[in-house]
Amino acid sequence: MSQGITAEPPVLAAPPPGSEPGRLGQYLTGAIFLAPALLLLAVWMAYPVVYTIIRSFYGPQGFLGHWVGISNYKSLFTTSTLTTAIKNNAIWVAVVPAFVTAVGLVFAVLTERIRWAVAFKTAVFLPMAISAFATGVTWRIMYQQDPGQGAINALGKSISGVFHPAGVLSTAVPSTPGLVPAGKGIVLKTPLHPDGVALLGLTGIPPTDVPSSAKQAVTPPPQPDEIVGTVWRDFKPGGGKPGLVEQGELGIPGVSVVLKENGRTVQTTKSGEDGSFAFTGVKAGSYTAGVGAATFAKPFGGYSWLGPSLITPSLLIAYIWIWAGFAMVVIAAGLSAMPRDVLEAARTDGASEWQTFRRVTVPLLMPVLSVVFVTMIINVLKVFDIVYALAPESTQQNANVIALAMYYTAFQGGGNFGVGSAIAVFLFILVIPVLALNIRRFKREA
Amino acid sequence: MAVAAEPIVVPKPHDTTAARILRMVLKAPVNLLLLAIGCLWLVPTIGLFITSILPASALASKGWWQVFSHPSMATWSNYNALFHNSGLITALKTTAYIAVGNTLLVVLLGAMAGYAFAWLDFPGRDWLFIGVIGLLVVPLQMALIPMFRLYDTLHLFDTWEGIALFHTAFGLPFAIFLLRNFFVGLPRDIMESARIDGASEIRIFIKLILPLGLPAIASLSIFQFLWTWNDLLVALTFGQNTTPITVWIAGQLREFGTSIDIIAPASFISLVIPLCVFLAFQRYFVQGLLAGSVK
Repeated sequence: MSQGITAEPPVLAAPPPGSEPGRLGQYLTGAIFLAPALLLLAVWMAYPVVYTIIRSFYGPQGFLGHWVGISNYKSLFTTSTLTTAIKNNAIWVAVVPAFVTAVGLVFAVLTERIRWAVAFKTAVFLPMAISAFATGVTWRIMYQQDPGQGAINALGKSISGVFHPAGVLSTAVPSTPGLVPAGKGIVLKTPLHPDGVALLGLTGIPPTDVPSSAKQAVTPPPQPDEIVGTVWRDFKPGGGKPGLVEQGELGIPGVSVVLKENGRTVQTTKSGEDGSFAFTGVKAGSYTAGVGAATFAKPFGGYSWLGPSLITPSLLIAYIWIWAGFAMVVIAAGLSAMPRDVLEAARTDGASEWQTFRRVTVPLLMPVLSVVFVTMIINVLKVFDIVYALAPESTQQNANVIALAMYYTAFQGGGNFGVGSAIAVFLFILVIPVLALNIRRFKREA
Repeated sequence: MAVAAEPIVVPKPHDTTAARILRMVLKAPVNLLLLAIGCLWLVPTIGLFITSILPASALASKGWWQVFSHPSMATWSNYNALFHNSGLITALKTTAYIAVGNTLLVVLLGAMAGYAFAWLDFPGRDWLFIGVIGLLVVPLQMALIPMFRLYDTLHLFDTWEGIALFHTAFGLPFAIFLLRNFFVGLPRDIMESARIDGASEIRIFIKLILPLGLPAIASLSIFQFLWTWNDLLVALTFGQNTTPITVWIAGQLREFGTSIDIIAPASFISLVIPLCVFLAFQRYFVQGLLAGSVK
């Protein structure tokens, strides 16, 4: 691996003495030791590679079928499921290797500063031991759309609750036809004047939605220069009379009530524990009162992580979760093998932590980083299990990748061995540069 | 660098309690950040486990984390039901046959070939080895279609032996590569003196190479075991009724919403064994990983 500065002649293995009597015996022993492995490699790998390449120029069925030329390869770029697969795989290649390498690098560098590095590494590395299939199941549970069931959307709900709080009543509807929808809120149809009373009855509120502080609703007495009223749950066991505040019906506290003049909001207030509210200092005129939109704001419903548009990002997240540990461990090994004196020297020369990292650590780690990067490219090109397990059948087409497309084209009712072979060869061609890299590296070492 | 006659003595920072506390405070952000990340990384697996101990009725309306406020929801009944599920038991047995059979075969054949490549002399040795390295990156998709056809003729379709042999072939290039590189580094004198003493190659292989190569063999075994245990694609293609646990669960997955009380515990069972193997032999696993990638 190391490039020598001085040009030394390559060290040659001692040439075996020509007339040694045991030489033929050694050949024989070598053959015996190699035979089983080579037999397996020949039958399970060499023959299939040759067959699949030839097969990719023939029709869908039979041992060979009829010659079709390169039309199988053409369909790679014309069939929509296959182009989707290639496009998605391109996204995978563009995102995952870079992300995994970066995350692994950050983790590896940070773990050098803590005492419990082993525990941290174990936690992050753990997903590597789990099958990509079980990971798919695990993340399906995480990604459930209902915030009540999917942990990620539950987190999203609590975050969105801070910025866009859900209304007190997200399901309520007016109890009488006198109340009509206005925008996202509702208003009382009849105009009001100072010393008027607004009765805003609502139904369709599940008991669990009624705030626990709610008390028996009351109709406040009219006041001069004021518009008063009450917001209440216009329903009691047995039904009750709509539009009337009755014994056993609860006021709804915390509802935002708006007073409007000619469609312009002039006052807002909140209802009390018994549902009553009052707008004070109201000048003569004609007003309408209603419940503001904020009260009916729907809670966060959750993103459809496994739906057609988000499925690929969801898969990428789960995949990075698996492989970050791999990158971290390999990079950490590279870090610990790094010459400490170089780092010390940089620090002694007054370089800041960031400068040392950027100018010394990263360049010295480059060989390791590129190994991780290339390994991840190969892994990502062949990705299969997690897509199969995590993407529901309804969106598997949207999440398609090359290996998955190959499987469905050739097996599982697809039955097209011609195109299936062409996809396999396409995948093979994509990894050949890495093959060349490996062989070159071996030749340099030998 | 000029004359460096005397070694520079860096004075060690005086380790007083105050200094130690100061260091801890300075390191607190990193510690907290990593603590948060570490926990975050564990959440999905913990979520799977908790889901696996909740009854279907609870899962229909609640999230798994609500078990912390309602611990009484938890039950082992899902697991009880699964251990009486003959389909799952058979699938687990098949998985074990495939994984163990494959691991033994890869180690034995890989070590033999690795020894031949490292210490035996025969014409074309290096070219053969380059060929093996070339096979390292062949995607197994290249073999699915031809072997699907050939397995019919060989009567290997839908047998655990067929699945194990497929994995063996695709595990061999890495095994040979890893073991050959390890064996090459073993001291030559030991082998030479054994040969002079008249030991046969087979005796040298069993008595010397295998024991000395144990660290590399351990790494390889764990790798192969985990890889085969966790496989889905090969078993999906070559199994029909004889399937390992991943394929068995995949069959249940079609009705994810309704059979989550089977899928979650079955998935957890499927990952407990590789997880234990991994935790017990983490060191070897990492070594194998490094040998495979950094080399």
